[in-house]
Amino acid sequence: MKKRQAGTWFLEVLTALLFVLSLLPFFIVLINSAKGPFEVTNAPLQLPERWGNIWRNVALIWTSDNIHYSQSFFSSLVITVSSLALLNFLSAQAAWVLVRTKTRTSGAIFLIFVAAMVIPFQIVMFPLLSWFRTITTFTGIPLLRSYAGILLAYIGFGMSQSIFLFHGFIKSIPLELEEAAIIDGCSRPEVFYRIVSPILKPIHATVLVLNGIWIWNDFLLPLLILGKGNAIQTIPLAVANFAGAFVKQWDLIMTAILMAMIPVVIFFLIAQKSIIKGMVAGSIK
Amino acid sequence: MKRKSDSNFVFWLFLAPVLFAFAMVIVVPFILGVYYSFTTWSSSARVGDGTRFVGLKNYVESLADPAFAYSFIITIGYTVINMAVINMAALALALLVTTKIKLRNLYRAGFFIPNLIGGLILGYVWQFIFNNAMPSLGTMLGFTSWADPSNLILASNIKAIGAIIAAGSWQYAGYIMVIYVAAIENVPQELHEAAQIDGATALRRLFVITIPLAAQAFTITLFLTLVQSFKQFDVNVSLTNGGPSTMFMGKPIFGTELLALNIYDTAFLSNNLAMGQARAVIFFLVLAMVALVQVSLNKKREIEL
Repeated sequence: MKKRQAGTWFLEVLTALLFVLSLLPFFIVLINSAKGPFEVTNAPLQLPERWGNIWRNVALIWTSDNIHYSQSFFSSLVITVSSLALLNFLSAQAAWVLVRTKTRTSGAIFLIFVAAMVIPFQIVMFPLLSWFRTITTFTGIPLLRSYAGILLAYIGFGMSQSIFLFHGFIKSIPLELEEAAIIDGCSRPEVFYRIVSPILKPIHATVLVLNGIWIWNDFLLPLLILGKGNAIQTIPLAVANFAGAFVKQWDLIMTAILMAMIPVVIFFLIAQKSIIKGMVAGSIK
Repeated sequence: MKRKSDSNFVFWLFLAPVLFAFAMVIVVPFILGVYYSFTTWSSSARVGDGTRFVGLKNYVESLADPAFAYSFIITIGYTVINMAVINMAALALALLVTTKIKLRNLYRAGFFIPNLIGGLILGYVWQFIFNNAMPSLGTMLGFTSWADPSNLILASNIKAIGAIIAAGSWQYAGYIMVIYVAAIENVPQELHEAAQIDGATALRRLFVITIPLAAQAFTITLFLTLVQSFKQFDVNVSLTNGGPSTMFMGKPIFGTELLALNIYDTAFLSNNLAMGQARAVIFFLVLAMVALVQVSLNKKREIEL
């Protein structure tokens, strides 16, 4: 009994140490967000002389014409929320007809979607740009540096995995429910929106979490479609534009990073359980 | 008969939006991309404009380019080491947070959180740690050599690749950990109790019960870490952006330029879009091969079970 307690005590201490170690980078960001330019380079590991500086730095970043943080935050929010709404809505209904239609066409379409999951972004990214530019030339619809273009891209790149996840879930829903609704006089779209959709809530959460983390943090796709320093840019683009500059103002970079992290961390603290569950469920499928 | 055509209509109606997006951003660019890799395509060209067919020229030149060969080699090395580091760290963390220690839920959340922050932003945090915090720590501890600019971790290409591994593992291990945790918690408690009665030590139970029964998770975690490492771009850009430069096969090249960054730089930095596209096709073929091997191994294992 004594020995067992000593062993547990050792594990407790070890895990606590690793925990502190793994949160240390966040702590370094926090303390350096409250420093001035001189202090940040001379004493990067000391606690700040005046914590109050953090508000001055936050205000500087929020209003700076160099980083456009407030506009970027707004753009990131618009892009993430609209892409998620469209992806969930469109993938769920597509997956449902693919499961409930047992024809060769339906099977082939699903197979092609699944196969497309191995296509890396790298092979399509350059031609995507010239293809979008060409469409704009012929139709006048701006797809580069525009919300329309990036939303279309996120639907296209996110739909395969989303449909795959919905497909697996819908397969397990008994058909009797839908047959009964048809006998009661529901049309097929009504069956989907009234009967099936409410059952899909847990899988919607999984798809939201997986796509949400991806889209909010994504860098390469927005870099190509929106570009750094343009009217519409996401937070990672804004941070890259600011932090990638030749002269490194680390105090302000750290503040910008802190402000980029805070929304995600708050979101995680609110929805921790479903986020971890969603990430696990999404990986296992 | 009417029912049939009616349901056919709903089928296409519900699929139309995703089919449109799929065609626009995957099918058409994919076909164009494969075609462009055999031409003299340049960045200013619109679809079909002034490109000349040159056969395998872009591929042959890519394979003969030391920078590409170097990127390939370091990407394979990076992938293997990164997979090993992430999986060992994640498994160890998972075993720790599934013991009966207090605060285990808090620890799980803490280890998981770095995964929610994008690789681009984390790369800058680690750049600050390696370039500013480490020299300062060295001075505090009396190792003045740490503060010498030529001794910085990011100043040597091999150490800098190690830095990318450190930053990337710190980000990804928490995610892989939660997958292991789910697998470990699925192992029936009765097995452990029975083994304990038979006198098996904790270590023996780990190797005889937990690891074999959680093996399903290994297929997933190894595949996820493999693909994630092979495609690494964000941390690479913000932590080292390819630097420092080094010599390879008699040519000066970027010392930490992984494949994804090499593809990007070939297209935009060297302004050779067609060549970058050819490299992207090679990148795709390697990834597709890995995925095929993975699927067939999975099938084989499922039969054995």
